[in-house]
Amino acid sequence: MKRRLVVIGNGMAGARAVEEILKRDPEAFDILMFGAEPYGNYNRILLSNVLNQTQSPSEIFLNTLEWYQENNITLHVGMKVTHIDRVSKKVFALKLSAEDIPYNKAIQGIDGDHFVEVPYDELIIATGSRPFVPRIKGSELPGVFLFRTIEDCDQIADYAKGCQKAVVIGGGLLGLEAARGLMTHDLEVSVIEAADQLMPSQLDLESANLLERAMGAMGLRVFTKTFTSQIVAKDGRVSRLIFKDGGILETDIVVISAGIVPMTEVAEKSGLKTNKGILCDDQMRTEDPHIFAVGECIEHRGLTYGLVEPIWQQVGVMADILTGVNSETRYVGSKTGTKLKVMGVDLASMGEKETDENDDEVLVYRDPNRGIYKKLIVRENKIHGAILLGDTGLSDSLMQLFMNEKELPENRGEILFGSIDGSKLLDAGDLPDSAQICGCNGVCKGEIVSAIENGNCSSVAAVGAKTKAGMGCGSCRGFIAQVIESVVGEVSYDASEHYYVPGIPFEKSQLVREIRSNGLKSVSVVLATLGGGQEDPTTKTGLASLLKTLWPKEYEDERDARFINDRVHANIQKDGTFSVVPRIIGGVTTPEELLRIAQAAVKYKAKMVKFTGGQRIDLLGIKKEDLPNIWKDIGLPSGHAYTKAFRTVKSCVGTDFCRFGLGDSISLAKEIEMRFQGVEAPHKVKMAVTGCPRNCAEALVKDVGVVAIEGGQWEIYIGGAAGSTIRKGDLLCTVDNPQAVIQYTSRFLEYYREHAKYLERTYGFVERIGIDLLKGILIDDNMGICLNLESKMQEAVDAYKDPWKEAEDPVYPFQFDGPQLIEVLQEAENNG
Amino acid sequence: MNKPFKVKLGSIEAVPMGQGLSFSVEGEEIAIFRSRAGEVSAIENKCPHANGPLAEGIIGEGKVVCPLHGHQFDLSTGKGCDRNESVRSFPAWIENGELYIDYSTTSPELVVL
Repeated sequence: MKRRLVVIGNGMAGARAVEEILKRDPEAFDILMFGAEPYGNYNRILLSNVLNQTQSPSEIFLNTLEWYQENNITLHVGMKVTHIDRVSKKVFALKLSAEDIPYNKAIQGIDGDHFVEVPYDELIIATGSRPFVPRIKGSELPGVFLFRTIEDCDQIADYAKGCQKAVVIGGGLLGLEAARGLMTHDLEVSVIEAADQLMPSQLDLESANLLERAMGAMGLRVFTKTFTSQIVAKDGRVSRLIFKDGGILETDIVVISAGIVPMTEVAEKSGLKTNKGILCDDQMRTEDPHIFAVGECIEHRGLTYGLVEPIWQQVGVMADILTGVNSETRYVGSKTGTKLKVMGVDLASMGEKETDENDDEVLVYRDPNRGIYKKLIVRENKIHGAILLGDTGLSDSLMQLFMNEKELPENRGEILFGSIDGSKLLDAGDLPDSAQICGCNGVCKGEIVSAIENGNCSSVAAVGAKTKAGMGCGSCRGFIAQVIESVVGEVSYDASEHYYVPGIPFEKSQLVREIRSNGLKSVSVVLATLGGGQEDPTTKTGLASLLKTLWPKEYEDERDARFINDRVHANIQKDGTFSVVPRIIGGVTTPEELLRIAQAAVKYKAKMVKFTGGQRIDLLGIKKEDLPNIWKDIGLPSGHAYTKAFRTVKSCVGTDFCRFGLGDSISLAKEIEMRFQGVEAPHKVKMAVTGCPRNCAEALVKDVGVVAIEGGQWEIYIGGAAGSTIRKGDLLCTVDNPQAVIQYTSRFLEYYREHAKYLERTYGFVERIGIDLLKGILIDDNMGICLNLESKMQEAVDAYKDPWKEAEDPVYPFQFDGPQLIEVLQEAENNG
Repeated sequence: MNKPFKVKLGSIEAVPMGQGLSFSVEGEEIAIFRSRAGEVSAIENKCPHANGPLAEGIIGEGKVVCPLHGHQFDLSTGKGCDRNESVRSFPAWIENGELYIDYSTTSPELVVL
């Protein structure tokens, strides 16, 4: 029988604890969770974004209610655990009423029917913390708010509507975040801080003064060394603050954000030892061996923590112990650092902010003109503390050096400004496996290495899809790339194999990044900038294709980078003549069109007239100089049979005439072909839509194949092939309407365009990425890129122009001309 | 009798930047290339492998790639880059915006004209 695990607290720590346990052993426990707030858990770090309206509450949820269901977790929301009976091993809880504030010490819950009693084998306390409220008279008045939960944000935003002036009590990290949020509501905001500086736990006095100046310039008033003794109301609304020194400040709303205190009542009432927080050992156990505690509610080795990284570390240790994965593991405390943007000012702080030790080196760089301040405290050749204000470019590297206690370069200037020769201050490859690379999602290097080695992840995106690393703020992506380099580098392969084109030493994603970040829009500029001035001819067509994909509208088309087929929009044949394939949408034509095609074939002496495999008509043996005229005579757009692009949709007659047709394959084939015609791709893309599973249009062996099935549904297959390689397409999804077919096809084609290597057909691409990963990305949208894929494809569709229009207006002289006849005799006379 | 045989092919502007253009000189097709750096070169417009029209090929690093099967030739010498094959090459230059080749060097029989 499974052991019963009960978790008190459904915040970031509680939910993460359950995730880590499930990751190690999904079968070990029957899990039950209590949460005081009435929903699944959310990322409290982003709460200020809810207040300043850059994110909606739903965007900051971490685990949806479905997640609890899928993992068979019983979740009691809106309940307060009153006490634990450690002898009978039971937890008792009461339902809260809707008005109760979850962290209010005084609330009791509703007795009677709403009483819950739950037995446990193992118990985790993750009750977190509550806002610290200084002793101020009037702090319960209407218009005075705390800043801790989504409800708080809602209420503050609501109340702020009728206000002009606001005061935030507390000049720490959260207080400044709250002030920033209030400013977006068009309020005149003042911050009151009792200490003699802002952010006293992260900044020294000098940097705090600099920050205060910067805040002042943005219109925020700061009062330091100011103690509020009373909040006064008038007509039932807050009207002013009275300070201890007798000063008065008028205000319409007050937000108190003066720090946090661990919530320890449950532990206390159950007889567990507490001090500032619930006392825990190095294995996160309280004094009761079956009761663990993690997060902001605990005190470990005399310290309490109010940041996420320590929580991730504590929870990892506890999960190892609880599941028996590693019973020796220990949590020895966390080094903490913070990085934040306060009202547009970049700031990073780690370790100690001051030192009294004579042996410590203190490096300070001041650039008041630009608002830059950097301070480093070095002890025994390691970072002991650092403050970076205004320029945090090196903060990620310094944070890693600090967290992992790495030795520093001899030239201290390099830690302040980076190295002169451009070499890296820190290589993530040198970090230990335990080093946390992604702070947002708590992913350590070991997990990334395992994703690279065992999960075949060789790109930052693939590592992200597998581990969530780099999917938060994204600042660690450089390190992830370094880890990939260090791991893949060890298996010794020729990097050029992975170059997108031979002449430029980048794989596709790097190349795309370089092209985008440098705004390179033509092949010659890319070659000059990234190709070291070399103009490898085999590189040009691949670059042209990629650039057209990246910049559908702004691409500077250079015809010399195109293969001859793409210069004259026809397929060159062995005798130097060309073939002409007009667009016949969905393979459906009319007698009038056929007549025009037939007349043109006679007039321009086509050497052969042939039906293609994609249900089109091919006129072969046409001279280059005749191309513009034959196109005009035929009067149809280009069929793109000559290029690496979206080509044809093969169809069957479907429901129009066929006795067996289940879906209107003709209409869908036409719609798809109209939409995607001519869109460039790493290689040609052939499609088919077939009206029933008899599959007359051979949809299962197309790059994208659509099959109508019973019930008005359509199956979408990708990665099929029936050329030099035979491959049955993989089922991407089944949808119930033609518009969804277009939507998912758009996603897949755009993803293929952006991520396939040049000349990689979809059969290779789908096999390389894997259908499961593709389903996750394209159907479940687990990388959150689908909207972007759709809009990128829309741009490409919008940028479509029929290239046969160049018949009227050649892009350069002699575009369609044969050899230029030269009279040599006159010159011969001149020289003879 | 290897006298220079200077042939004027017309304005250099006829040849698009970075591309080739074929000229018919005395019944023989000659491919003229104009690199983005402004250099001009002239070779026989017929790949020895399968008669591919070299003027339609992509150029770069002083080479042209035949559009039919990808054989490569050095633009100044006409030598094949990876196989033992070659095409004739001609000195080419620009004077006052006009393109010239010396047609004598590799075709001495024409000097008789």
